[in-house]
Amino acid sequence: MRFTPLGDRAVTITLGDAIDLSTHRRVRSVCAALDAHAPPGVVDQVPAFASVTVHYDPALVAGDAARSPYDRLVAQLEEILSNTREEELPPPRVVEIPVCYGAELGPDLEDVARQHDLTPQQVIDLHVGAEYLVYMVGFMPGFAYMGGLPERLATPRRSTPRTAVPAGTVGIGGSQTGVYPLESPGGWNLIGRTPLEIFDIHREQATLLATGDHARFVPISRREFERWRDRA
Amino acid sequence: MSIRVVTGGLQTTIQDLGRIGFQRQGVPVGGAMDRTALRVANLLVGNDDDAAALEASLIGPALTFEEEALVALAGADMDATVDGSAVPTWRAIWLPPGSTMRFGRLTLGCRAYLAVAGGVDVPRVFGSRSTYLRAKFGGYQGRALKPGDVLGVGQPCARSRAIAKTLRSDTAAPHVARWTVTTSVRPRYSDDVVARLIGGAHVGMLTAPSRDALAGATFRVSSSSDRMGYRLEGTSLSLRQPVELLSEGVTFGTVQLPPGGAPIVLMADAQTTGGYPRVGEVASVDLPLVAQLKPGDRLRFRLVSLEDAQALYLAREADIAQARATIALNHNGKG
Repeated sequence: MRFTPLGDRAVTITLGDAIDLSTHRRVRSVCAALDAHAPPGVVDQVPAFASVTVHYDPALVAGDAARSPYDRLVAQLEEILSNTREEELPPPRVVEIPVCYGAELGPDLEDVARQHDLTPQQVIDLHVGAEYLVYMVGFMPGFAYMGGLPERLATPRRSTPRTAVPAGTVGIGGSQTGVYPLESPGGWNLIGRTPLEIFDIHREQATLLATGDHARFVPISRREFERWRDRA
Repeated sequence: MSIRVVTGGLQTTIQDLGRIGFQRQGVPVGGAMDRTALRVANLLVGNDDDAAALEASLIGPALTFEEEALVALAGADMDATVDGSAVPTWRAIWLPPGSTMRFGRLTLGCRAYLAVAGGVDVPRVFGSRSTYLRAKFGGYQGRALKPGDVLGVGQPCARSRAIAKTLRSDTAAPHVARWTVTTSVRPRYSDDVVARLIGGAHVGMLTAPSRDALAGATFRVSSSSDRMGYRLEGTSLSLRQPVELLSEGVTFGTVQLPPGGAPIVLMADAQTTGGYPRVGEVASVDLPLVAQLKPGDRLRFRLVSLEDAQALYLAREADIAQARATIALNHNGKG
């Protein structure tokens, strides 16, 4: 565990140097420990692949004013985190994401299939056959970085990014897959779209996916897609 | 009480001190670019310092106040007038019903803040009234103000009412307060800024000449700069060798270095995480100076230790607390 200042109001706790399950479990257990006992002054925490960034107000950190707020906070964090236990993590949620694959909702499906010598249906089968792990949420509101894409589906980003990818679009970029929470520019290969709102400011939990969640994609027809949309 | 927007200006948005506690969902903190100006403008009208106010960039709006109002301007100087009479920044101003405030030529800084007693009242999204333009939420319908918009204003507190009452009776139009806050809480804006910088996590990855350049060369704010980040031109920085980093937390003031070599200072609407090397972090006390730079303006960095940056931060907070206490003492709400 290593502490590095991120400016004068945040500190990054580094817990590993690779994207792997054991590092991810350490990230989650640090978050759980800080959720349970955040030292005074801590205002936010941001889990990432191999670190947790803790944002704080230096004026509210407790302790002897002879030492800097950073030094005082790090001492308290070390104390709190010295006895975190990974086995106490709650079991992960499994979130099912219905996806209508191909055609105009997934314009790159055939291209991805061609690149891997697969049929479009085989791409869909592989994509829905895997269980994915949300390593972190970042980059834009609700954007989940997911691991677990079958190696056979890893596909380079497109040479020319699209200027506007609709919200809900499911893509593959390199060895990652994910869902665009908002309309945005994007260079991933677009294979389908979910009718679910990935990010909805009117929900208590605005993001559909949170760090540590497991996700599965479930294929639906275009007609089912429209029905989901109408219900929403 | 309401404010009618006559013209919107270039980009006028509602901002407060941002969204706290939602970054793990990828929701940026956002809020005012120049937090000191926002907070002081609020204190001048008797508000809490986190009330929502208007942030006007480069070209200000024209606004009509349907009823009487107590307002204050801070930050950039845009030659504001009330019904044709010039009014200063950093002072409380009482406006009679039907007053129209206009902004003219930008003479200092980039972003003007207009606080109104009671605060601008729009629904909170993730605990904040700040406008987040990229995802189109918060503020007034998630967008910059347009002609015809009507903004609600909250109920002024007793302190605000006391300030308004004194100005109305003791001053002639335009009803500008004779008092202001201590100059120590007013950032010294310029179009040629030296901002203090804490070395970033990856500063050691820079070449030696680039390390020297980071700590002394003059950068220019590029025209592709916005509330999310300022791209700096004029001096290119390079790494000793290319690196691939895992995405992790970034913040307002992070100086990151994309492969092109032009550093980016992340600003109020900074994304929550990033994967570029972080070569520096602007000291919080100097973020208002950076926030008031406009495209073409100059910026240099001077390295400072984390301890010194935090000491400066605590001193600024003490000054603001002192300003708040002084205003509370002089306007106890019973007058």
